[in-house]
Amino acid sequence: MCATCGCSDHHPEHDHHHDVVELERHLLEHNASIAASNRAWLSGRRIRAFNLMSSPGAGKTTLLERTIRDLPAARISVIEGDQETDRDAERIRAAGARAIQINTGAGCHLDASMVERALRALEPPDGSTLMIENVGNLVCPSLFDLGESARVVIASVTEGDDKPLKYPHMFRGATAVLLNKMDLLPHVSFDVEAFTRHARRVNPRVEVLPLSATRGEGLDGWYRWLREPGA
Amino acid sequence: MHELGIAQEVVRIATEGCGGARVKRVVVEVGKLAAVLPDALRFCFDLAAKETPLEGAALDIVEVPGRARCRDCGGMVELLRPFGECACGSSDLEWLSGEELRVKSLEVA
Repeated sequence: MCATCGCSDHHPEHDHHHDVVELERHLLEHNASIAASNRAWLSGRRIRAFNLMSSPGAGKTTLLERTIRDLPAARISVIEGDQETDRDAERIRAAGARAIQINTGAGCHLDASMVERALRALEPPDGSTLMIENVGNLVCPSLFDLGESARVVIASVTEGDDKPLKYPHMFRGATAVLLNKMDLLPHVSFDVEAFTRHARRVNPRVEVLPLSATRGEGLDGWYRWLREPGA
Repeated sequence: MHELGIAQEVVRIATEGCGGARVKRVVVEVGKLAAVLPDALRFCFDLAAKETPLEGAALDIVEVPGRARCRDCGGMVELLRPFGECACGSSDLEWLSGEELRVKSLEVA
């Protein structure tokens, strides 16, 4: 071993040099290339894919159950991400949609390769709608492109109205923000106007859609948004 | 804790780039707005490097400050967190730097 630098070369004197290899490679390049291939696969089949993200318990699965029942023409299928169990996929199937469950185990987010495998197994039909329910987490999923058409962040009025400022990466990447559980608004201290202001401070042009997945109020706005070609 | 996945990517990219040589040092650029914590990345890197050409290598993290240009008045804004306001009051900012996540270079033995 070289005594000067600790490398494994057997030089009696430190006369060898250390080569520097310039790489300049992006750390998420592997995920980005699989996400690009997912995006091409989906667009080749005219499938619109939505990456749904929220903290645990914001009502993603309830919203999906309701959306599946209300929009049969959208032909929704679902990729469900959770650390463990296939309880959510069972709920989605009971609502009448095809679903595949991904268990991430210790993992805190879905990545593009998990979605690639799920797409091959699920085979959503041409012209249909794919909902990808990410692992409940407002931090890690924001970093990983899955190949989706748009990102939808779901918050609820039982959380703090300052969530967009506390988790800015998540809200910055959103195409739309749904504010769920509006039926509970009379029972909690949540300022919808402040929430919207905070969301727009992080993401100036984001659409904020208040709704209640259990009672149905505001769902027409969500369904309209889903039909927009730019969504 | 997505830093473990990021650390594994550092190791994968460096292993591809080192041509089988032992890696002494790897230089990684991490933007201050990139949602990756340097301390967590360092911790995970040591785990991810085990039994690879990077085992024992130094991880140099170069932090890149967040800078943005105001879309309303064109002024420059320094961003310490992933949102901010221009002096003119606008929060409509075009990010210029701070999102970097890159393996810059390797030093091989």
